[in-house]
Amino acid sequence: MKVSVITFPGTNCDHDTIEVFSQFGDDATLVWHQDRDLKNPDLVVFAGGSAYGDYLRGGALAKYSPVVEEVIKYAGKGGMVLGLCNGFQILTECGLLPGTLMINTGLDFICEHRHIRVEHPNSPWTYGIAAGTVLDIPIAHKEGNFHIDAAGLQELEDNERVLFRYSDESGNVNTDANPNGSLNNIAGICSANKRVLGMMPHPERAAFPGLKSQDGTQLFKALQSYFAASG
Amino acid sequence: MIKASVFVKLKPSVLDPQGKAITSKLTELGYDSVMDVRVGKVIEIQFDESDKASVSEQVEKICATMLANPNIEDYSYNIEIVE
Repeated sequence: MKVSVITFPGTNCDHDTIEVFSQFGDDATLVWHQDRDLKNPDLVVFAGGSAYGDYLRGGALAKYSPVVEEVIKYAGKGGMVLGLCNGFQILTECGLLPGTLMINTGLDFICEHRHIRVEHPNSPWTYGIAAGTVLDIPIAHKEGNFHIDAAGLQELEDNERVLFRYSDESGNVNTDANPNGSLNNIAGICSANKRVLGMMPHPERAAFPGLKSQDGTQLFKALQSYFAASG
Repeated sequence: MIKASVFVKLKPSVLDPQGKAITSKLTELGYDSVMDVRVGKVIEIQFDESDKASVSEQVEKICATMLANPNIEDYSYNIEIVE
């Protein structure tokens, strides 16, 4: 699997992301935001960090980088795109995913382990993971409060586009398990064709031996299985 | 020269956690008649031209595509000639 990880000025999880994919033997490479050559990837990743310092709004200035125009074209042809944390913000700002990541209701930057529940196994991102599986994945953001209008929310729910929700350790989705005020405890959503995923939690920070959690590994394994199955 | 002052604020339907925090602090401080606070942004843009119509057209586009997020924010602006 060929993975292209985009580096904007201010991106800081790009090398971690490369390392994770490399663990699985993937050919993962960095692509600078001013470039237009995506290097023929099977998957493009907008990694975490603070592209353009999050000035104005997270992702608001990054969307004007030349590479984003190419990623939009790539996604338009059915290409797979993953946005992690700040990458999710960039995906909403550039229109590849609906909604907005607003400031957390508690106004704090939150950096801690959280549980998320896998909602639907029928996507490349959750391939082979049973619905209801609870994963321990860290979050690290100040703007992760997912907001969308009522019709948009209904559309996401009706079409099984909410792939991850914040839950407690047992998988209960409630206000106590919601770290940032996200509507319906939403932690990650995908595009209508399921091939673009944005999520606020950082699975790449829970996919190395010796870390507190290795649950992020399940998501990267799911992708590997999906690609193996789809040839 | 022309200065455009752009005001970006959250739509009325969108909860403003910063505004809520300020409201609650003001109430605590004894400002009993404060009912609500909404936090927005002011962005000033200087233009090296004097055609208000041209600047207005540009500011409208800048607001709609960059300065405001149409999902959650409304915008307005003033345009004035400055020396």
